[in-house]
Amino acid sequence: MLKDVAIIGGGQAGFQTANALRQFGYQGRISLIHEETKLPYQRPPLSKSYVLGKTEAESLAFRPAKFYSDQRIELVEVAAEGIDRINRRVLLSNGKTISYDHLVLATGAHNRALAVPGSQSAGVLSLRNLGDADEIRERLKTSRHAVVVGAGFIGLEFAAVAASLGLGVRVLEMADRVMSRALSREMSQFFAKEHDEWDVRIDFGQSLKAIESGPSGVTAAIRADGERIPADLIVYGVGVIPNTKLAEEAGLDIQNGIKVDSHLLTSDPAISAAGDCCSFVAPNGESIRLESVQNAIDQATAIAARLVGRAAPYDAVPWFWSDQGPIKLQIAGLSTGYDTAVAVGSDADKSFSAILFRNEQLVAVESVNRAGDFMAARKLLGRQTSLSPREAAKPDFDLRAYEQATR
Amino acid sequence: MKITVYDEVGEKVDLQDEPSKSLMQAIRDAGLNIAAQCGGEASCGTCHVYISEDWSSKVNPPSDTEEAMLDFVDERRENSRLSCQIALTDELDGLEVTLAPGSAF
Repeated sequence: MLKDVAIIGGGQAGFQTANALRQFGYQGRISLIHEETKLPYQRPPLSKSYVLGKTEAESLAFRPAKFYSDQRIELVEVAAEGIDRINRRVLLSNGKTISYDHLVLATGAHNRALAVPGSQSAGVLSLRNLGDADEIRERLKTSRHAVVVGAGFIGLEFAAVAASLGLGVRVLEMADRVMSRALSREMSQFFAKEHDEWDVRIDFGQSLKAIESGPSGVTAAIRADGERIPADLIVYGVGVIPNTKLAEEAGLDIQNGIKVDSHLLTSDPAISAAGDCCSFVAPNGESIRLESVQNAIDQATAIAARLVGRAAPYDAVPWFWSDQGPIKLQIAGLSTGYDTAVAVGSDADKSFSAILFRNEQLVAVESVNRAGDFMAARKLLGRQTSLSPREAAKPDFDLRAYEQATR
Repeated sequence: MKITVYDEVGEKVDLQDEPSKSLMQAIRDAGLNIAAQCGGEASCGTCHVYISEDWSSKVNPPSDTEEAMLDFVDERRENSRLSCQIALTDELDGLEVTLAPGSAF
C-alpha cells in the first residue's frame, strides 16, 4: 500500500499533486520538495498584475502556510540533488534523504538564456519566478525605453504592461508573426494590430546581436542588422527548457522533457512526471509537451487519481489564456497543424474567434473577449463533434448555440 | 468580516477574513476545496458559487466576461457567480455563499 509519496517541485504541478492526493483521501506521507524558499505560488499574475504593482506576493500563494500543516503536507525547502532509484530515495543538497514508494517529478522548466554579448548587464531580465518579477517591477520604476526580445506570450504580456506605464516599447521577433508557436496566423494578425494601437512596435524577422551597457546597466539593444535601439530595460522571453537533469542523471528516458506514457508514468514504474517538465503521449498518439497552468493541474490530478487506484489514460482538453492590455485571449485545444480557419464575430468589435480545423476535424478555438465561444469549444473538444468548417462558416454561426444543440 | 460558506455536502464553515481579498481568495485561504484553476483571472469557471438571496444585490455585478463564463458552469442558477470576481468589502460582513458542484475539482 502506498505510504510515502515524494514530489520534487513546488510549482503548479507539484502543489496540485499534493493537494489532489489529500482531496482523494490519500492518508500517507507527502513530502513536497521545493528549492524556492517561499510557499508554492502561482505564476500567471507575475507578468500581469504583479509587475504592475496591483497584486502583492502574499496573494500569489496557492494556499497559506496553515494549509500544509492541516493537510500534513511536508514542505521541504531544500534542493533535490539526485534520485536513488534502487533504494527509492531522493538525495537532498543538505545531505538528507527522503524515501518514497512513489515519486512525482514536477521540476518545471527554466528560461532559455540570451546568449549575446552584454546579456549579463543590469536591466536585462527574464521572467519566470517571483524574484524575476520583483527585479522587473523595480526596474520599471525608472525605465523609459524597454526592448522585449521574443514576441511570445510572456514578451507580449510584458510589452502591454510596459506600454500601459508609458514606456516606449520595441519588440524583436525572429519569426514573421507574433506568438507563432501557439497561434493561428489569423489571431497573430489581430494581436499585431492591437499592439500597434498600444504603440508597441514589433520588428519581425529581427534578432538581437548584442547589448550595450553603461554604469547603470543596459543602454541599448543592437539588432542583428546593426540598428541600435536605446533601452534601459530589456526583457527576454525566448522559450523555456524543461528541467530534466535529475531525471536524466537517474537514467530515466528523456525526449523533449522527461518522457512519460499516456498514464504519465516515466520509464520507472515508481516515478511519474507532470507539467512543464514532461512530454507525454496525447490521445492521438503524438508526443507533446505543454507549458500551461491547465496542463500542470490536470496532469497532477491524474497522477494523484492513479495513485489512489483510479488509473485512466490522460485525455484532458488543453486550454490556455493570456491577458494583454484589455484583451483576454483564451484558447481551447491545440492549433498545431491546422489547415482551415473560420473567423466568427468581429475583430473591429474586439470580440471574435478563430475556429481551427485539421482534415475537417475541429482542433482548436482561439477567442478574444468571447468567453462563451471558449467554454463551448472546451466542451466540444471533450467529446466527438462533427462540426465542419462549412457549418462554422455559415452566416450567424453561433458556437455556443451549436454546442448546446448538440449535447 | 465574517463569511459563511456551505460546501458541497452542506457543511457550514465560518470564515473570518479581511475585506482586501476576492471571495475566492477568502474561500481558498480558509483551506476549503475550491478548484479556481486559473487563480482568479475569470478564465476557467471553477470558482463557481451560489450567493444567498439576501446578498445577491449587494455584491458587485458581473462583467460581460463573467456572464459568458457563467453560461457554461455546471448547474447555473439565478444566484450563480464566479467568486474570483467578487470583491469583499465591509458591507459584505455576514455574506453567505454555497460552493457549486464543479468548483471542487
